[in-house]
Amino acid sequence: MTTSHNPTNAAANEPYVLNIGPQHPSTHGVFRLRVVMDGEVIRDLDMIVGYLHRSMEKLAEERTYTQNIPFTDRADYLAAMSNNLGVCLAVERLAGVEVPERASYLRVIFAELQRIASHAMANGTLVSDAGAWQTPLLYMFREREKILDLFEMTCGARLTTNYMRIGGVSFDPPPEFWPALQELMDEMPTRIDEYASLVQDSEIFLARTRNVGVISAADAINGSLVGPALRGSGVPWDLRKAEPYCVYDRMNFEVPVGRHGDVYDRFMVRLEETRQSVEIIKQAMAQIPDGPHKTDIPLALRPPVGEVYGRVEGPRGELGFYLVSDGTPAPYRFHIRAPSLINLSLLREMAVGVSLPDAVVALGSLDIVVGDIDR
Amino acid sequence: MPAGPHQLDGHRVAARLGAALSGIVTRATDEWVEVAPERVQEALRWLRDSQEFDAAQLSNLTAVDRHTSFEVVYHLQSLDLNHQVVVKAIVADHETPSLPSAYPVYKGALLQEREVYDLMGIRFADHPDLRRLFLWEGYPGHPLRKDFLGIGGGRTSGLGRFPNEDPANRDRMMNAGNLTSQDMPPEAGGHGSAMASGGH
Repeated sequence: MTTSHNPTNAAANEPYVLNIGPQHPSTHGVFRLRVVMDGEVIRDLDMIVGYLHRSMEKLAEERTYTQNIPFTDRADYLAAMSNNLGVCLAVERLAGVEVPERASYLRVIFAELQRIASHAMANGTLVSDAGAWQTPLLYMFREREKILDLFEMTCGARLTTNYMRIGGVSFDPPPEFWPALQELMDEMPTRIDEYASLVQDSEIFLARTRNVGVISAADAINGSLVGPALRGSGVPWDLRKAEPYCVYDRMNFEVPVGRHGDVYDRFMVRLEETRQSVEIIKQAMAQIPDGPHKTDIPLALRPPVGEVYGRVEGPRGELGFYLVSDGTPAPYRFHIRAPSLINLSLLREMAVGVSLPDAVVALGSLDIVVGDIDR
Repeated sequence: MPAGPHQLDGHRVAARLGAALSGIVTRATDEWVEVAPERVQEALRWLRDSQEFDAAQLSNLTAVDRHTSFEVVYHLQSLDLNHQVVVKAIVADHETPSLPSAYPVYKGALLQEREVYDLMGIRFADHPDLRRLFLWEGYPGHPLRKDFLGIGGGRTSGLGRFPNEDPANRDRMMNAGNLTSQDMPPEAGGHGSAMASGGH
């Protein structure tokens, strides 16, 4: 490695292995990185996951479709509503269950609230990773807290909501829900402006995120990146537009995209998406009809023999459920296409050759949730 | 309808793929096209590069254990044309299943193939880094295989038996949506936790 005669210099040039995690704030959960460092520069990177592996796909094969909905809460625990929605839509397509219109609107409202809460968490922790220790994170948590209060008001749970059901949703929101939602939606645009003003023109934040962790559009597509990670690279791909489910085809909203594919663009895409989510919720509140919030389905729901790949645009991107039915009440195969795991496909290429702090910010911008990676 | 809203008819894909690469298609259905497993990389590359299908992204890769064989399933996505192509490869060897990796065509296969190898035990030839993903090296067996750790002692999960579900009623149940909860017994109990509350 070195030809120096000075033993101290020889030691300085020797690559060394740095272990990050599994318990480390910048890994956002129990996620471990083994990094080969040469001074400040990363030469190689290996990720070690599985600390949170709960074998959901195996367990699901012994349970009915409805019994599997709570598992999805615990897969991506920052976006339980989106996961509930994904699995319910997949089962409904497989079994041919119709959903009442009011339930579809409620699903859109809760999925978008979840997107705001999840993006607040993603952006808040990213800013923390970039050095703004906790302050912006707590500003963003303030509104996330109000959203979780709305969830609690409706279904009694804040994180693992288990709110959606095959054929609808479990509860109609109580009367006090609607004014509270209206109030939150009225104040949200100014709050989002506040988040933006905290960081987007900060010289330190720009220095830490501009031209860091750049992914080209072609690499992002080939590497199966989805969600804000794909849109940050300038690819306007959003399943809510491309394959509208629920009532998204009646909503008027934009799909924000980045230009350079760096960490800053991914941050801004998430920030803009929260604005669009507020617009979607306002439209849904104006349009929502009266009526039942669920259809009754048999206790032993036996979808016909077949398979389905149902997917939704979760906060982290394409969240897919590949279900195979053999005609019994339990799925023959229950596969979750987890965006957090697959978005890490390019992590090694992003990290090799850059400094460790840049790699931490790049990892933060991918917005991983370890429960979703390991399942 | 199980087929996705923008999913291409497997027969149409099979006709074009079979014309370009003779003998590669083994079967086609309305939903998917089955290709010879040893040539799956060739099929994926052709679908990715063809103007007509433009399957730029591998959105999902997984496998299904069919007891005597494995199905490896590829969900391909065209972002420009907004359609989905489903490709399957049936690996007949259930003991030591193996087929070529999709990684040379799609980098997004890197972790998905490691997951399939870990949990199903399917080896992907020329994958650059085929190691277990969630479990550790030396873990006995591959948990998502159907023969891994069944419930012993002749017990079942109880899902085969639902109370008051006689064969005449079962046909109506297959047609979900026509049945309301009034048609169902008030409680399913009696078989333990796996029978707890259903679709309410």
